[in-house]
Amino acid sequence: MSRSRTIHPAAWWLWALLLAWATMRTSNPILLAVIAAVVGYVVVNRRSRAVWGSAFRIMLGLGVVTIAFTVLLQVVLGTRVPGHVLFRLPSWQLPSWTDGLSVGGPVTGEALLSAGTAGLRLAVLVLCFGAANSLAHPGRLLNLLPAALYELGVAAVVALTLVPQLAESIARVRRAQRLRGRSLTGIRSLRGLLVPVLEQSLERAITLAASMDSRGYGRSGAIDPRLRRLTRLVLLLGVCAALAGTFLVIDPARPHRLGVIALILGTALAVAASVWTGRQVHRTRYRRESWGRSDWLTVLPAVVTVCAYVIGHPHLGDNGAVAWQWPTLPLIPFLATLCAALPGAITPPTADPDDYESVPAMRSARVADDARPVMHT
Amino acid sequence: MIRFEQVSIRYAPELPDVLHNASLFVPEGELCLVVGATGSGKSTLLGAVNGLVPHFTGGVLTGRVLVDGRDTRDHPPRELADLVGVVGQDPYAGFVTDTVVDELAYTMESLAIPADSMRRRIEDVLDVLSLAPLRNRPLSSLSGGQAQRVAIGSVLTAHPKILVLDEPTSALDPASAEEVLAVLQRLVHDNNLTVLLAEHRLERVVQYADSVIWVPGAGSDGASPVHASPAEIMAVAPVYPPVVRLGRSQGWSPLPLSVRDARRQAIPLRDRLPAQPAPSSPPVQTPRPLAVVTRLDVSYGRRRALDRVDLVLRAGEIVALMGRNGAGKSTLFAALSGSVRPDAGRVRLFGTSTGTADADADADADADGMAPDRLRPRALIELIGLVPQQPGDLLYGDDVADECRIADRDSTVPPGTCAGLLAGIAGALDPSRHPRDLSEGERLALALAVVLTAGPALIALDEPTRGLDYVAKARLVTILRQLAGQGHGVVLATHDTELAAELADRVVVLADGAVVTDGPARQVLTQSPVFAPQIAKVLSPLPYLTVSDVTAGLVLAREDERIDAESTRPDR
Repeated sequence: MSRSRTIHPAAWWLWALLLAWATMRTSNPILLAVIAAVVGYVVVNRRSRAVWGSAFRIMLGLGVVTIAFTVLLQVVLGTRVPGHVLFRLPSWQLPSWTDGLSVGGPVTGEALLSAGTAGLRLAVLVLCFGAANSLAHPGRLLNLLPAALYELGVAAVVALTLVPQLAESIARVRRAQRLRGRSLTGIRSLRGLLVPVLEQSLERAITLAASMDSRGYGRSGAIDPRLRRLTRLVLLLGVCAALAGTFLVIDPARPHRLGVIALILGTALAVAASVWTGRQVHRTRYRRESWGRSDWLTVLPAVVTVCAYVIGHPHLGDNGAVAWQWPTLPLIPFLATLCAALPGAITPPTADPDDYESVPAMRSARVADDARPVMHT
Repeated sequence: MIRFEQVSIRYAPELPDVLHNASLFVPEGELCLVVGATGSGKSTLLGAVNGLVPHFTGGVLTGRVLVDGRDTRDHPPRELADLVGVVGQDPYAGFVTDTVVDELAYTMESLAIPADSMRRRIEDVLDVLSLAPLRNRPLSSLSGGQAQRVAIGSVLTAHPKILVLDEPTSALDPASAEEVLAVLQRLVHDNNLTVLLAEHRLERVVQYADSVIWVPGAGSDGASPVHASPAEIMAVAPVYPPVVRLGRSQGWSPLPLSVRDARRQAIPLRDRLPAQPAPSSPPVQTPRPLAVVTRLDVSYGRRRALDRVDLVLRAGEIVALMGRNGAGKSTLFAALSGSVRPDAGRVRLFGTSTGTADADADADADADGMAPDRLRPRALIELIGLVPQQPGDLLYGDDVADECRIADRDSTVPPGTCAGLLAGIAGALDPSRHPRDLSEGERLALALAVVLTAGPALIALDEPTRGLDYVAKARLVTILRQLAGQGHGVVLATHDTELAAELADRVVVLADGAVVTDGPARQVLTQSPVFAPQIAKVLSPLPYLTVSDVTAGLVLAREDERIDAESTRPDR
């Protein structure tokens, strides 16, 4: 078995972002459906086997809900679009300040179609995000952060792992409440839920902190803590200045030049401080994420797709009213979208095939061993 | 390697010493076992080795702790990470990353070890701990034994000279515990590691130890820890495994520490004992069932947790549910208490048909039983009382008295019922203490009292002896026997074979969600190599389970001899 090289996490995130861009450029339901299919195909073939690998399924559910919700909203409470009336609902006129909104009334095919398309587009965007999460663990992406932001990255990773643990803790305590003969609803049951869950999370946090401390987290070497505090202060100041600068630059009513100066100065400060702190962080990394051929093979097809959408068919981004007719399928964007599915086939598989789903089989083999008579009975 | 010089530790100036005047020296390459009752300061002693006490926990340490020449006064835990590896009781709680390889690399990353040697060390550790097939697995998918081996591996990659383990096997089934202990022994033998290990279940570890530190605890005021050979400590310590108890009761010298030693010394004993132990007074077998499980299937997603389980639990009977971690014991309990809905098959509970809150619901209870997942919580607790694996899940009062008040109110019983039960179970317990500050044994007692308040017919305990010392365990045995004598049905899920041997009338073994064995405890426990208690292994093929069995058997043998002597005398 050849050593499987994993795709750079940034490659997957770029791929997903490019497809999301393409999604934003079109309102053709068929093209949107094709993008969704392409994303699904790649995820099924290349998702990681970690807990986050199942993120896509949740996002799929969320996508379906999004479409249903958008269409329902349009039917019940939406602007009336003239066109082919499909059916009528009893209607109320809302006060004039609602600006043309009405409850009920005639529902046209055009309205349904445009709402459905908008919902579909939103759903596909959600899918792209879910795909990025399933294909590349968010923790690995955080690993790419510069050394200065290392502590921030650790905090984020710990938070990510705590979420499933918290959910498990809540489920367990809810069961326990039932065992005390308490119903699970109402304000009074809240105390029975919150107190044990909070206590457990706190205990777990302390255990984790002790574990990290004994495993060398935050070994500083010989740096003066005052100096460290100073660099952090400078970093914070720099980021604040850069933010304020951005705000001044964007708002046309504010002094533009001051904004530019603050932006440049703040950024410079922040970069200098983080380079300096990064030099103080005394640690190494096990995973070297390197950008290789298969990473290009992942990103380039998606670039082709976006090019086809942006350059080839600028009118695809036209977000006007939808005609009540069967949508046409523009050939070039269609082929370009299919092109984005290539990473699912030509890149090396992400996970080793040592899938742990076969573990029960291994276990029962061990049972057979154990069952051999060892004692004389 | 580890030197304690007159170390005393207290967590606040006004509190008594947790550890008093400890002077110890553990030489390089020794496997040293730390024993003591619950709350005696074992964890404090272990924490002091890498400076977690007092740098992380707070408190006052007087005296000096030297670890390979480094004084913990000047070296906080992170500066000792390259020297001391610490592994806790719950491996999952200490994991920082989410896959096996990343977890193994984490300590080395903190120590700034170059990537090339990191790669090499990870491969070494994967091989030493037989983790190679698991390398890319998410940590959440590991079994308990695997997770504990990963936790050990994650500190081994830093090449420490000392390994400190606080009850590493207490959450594991017997086979997984063997796995972890075998690894430890190999490390001590091949890698010259110094290991400091605290453990309640001495029957698992004492035979591997080179020396034992006995921590007498704060109760025995002024006593300081004693460090001596295992045999010396086992002769005097209040905590000892069954095999030592057998040796002590038979006056064997040298005292046997392992089953193998004891077997060799037990040859004359085996000859003297009658072929069948004295029948212990059989429990009053009321045929009335309290719970009937028929062809029960439960699945979580695609994974089948229970597979056509049939089980009947009767009043007055104590049943031990055994099996590997993840065999479905907890799921069966969840089904019994109606927390999961069966995919197929059914669970029926039958209460004691005396007056309850649901008079009309009770009418058909006798005929058909009640499905726990359809019952209102209030009605459920009169049928089954379940103490979950973490008793703390149940507790949320401000103090013990508050907890008892809530329990009385929830079960609509006269005030003081729960407090009375608690006094019967745990003795005098300070009512103003917070449930979280109680010891494991006291917390279990409180949870049991809370659950008993509603007067459930069936009592279920999930893994009750986790973290309990032998004294607390003996107390639990007495209480559960009493409850069974009063006509309660008792079912407990446990990995503790010694507890099952002491307590159970019947043993049910689950594997991969299916019942593989269901039979009288004596028969099941003596016939299984994994679940056999120490005494059964020593006296095999005789079906004796406990030391009290042996004592009773000897009395029987003596009587037989006397009768024989009397009957042969007139013949002469």
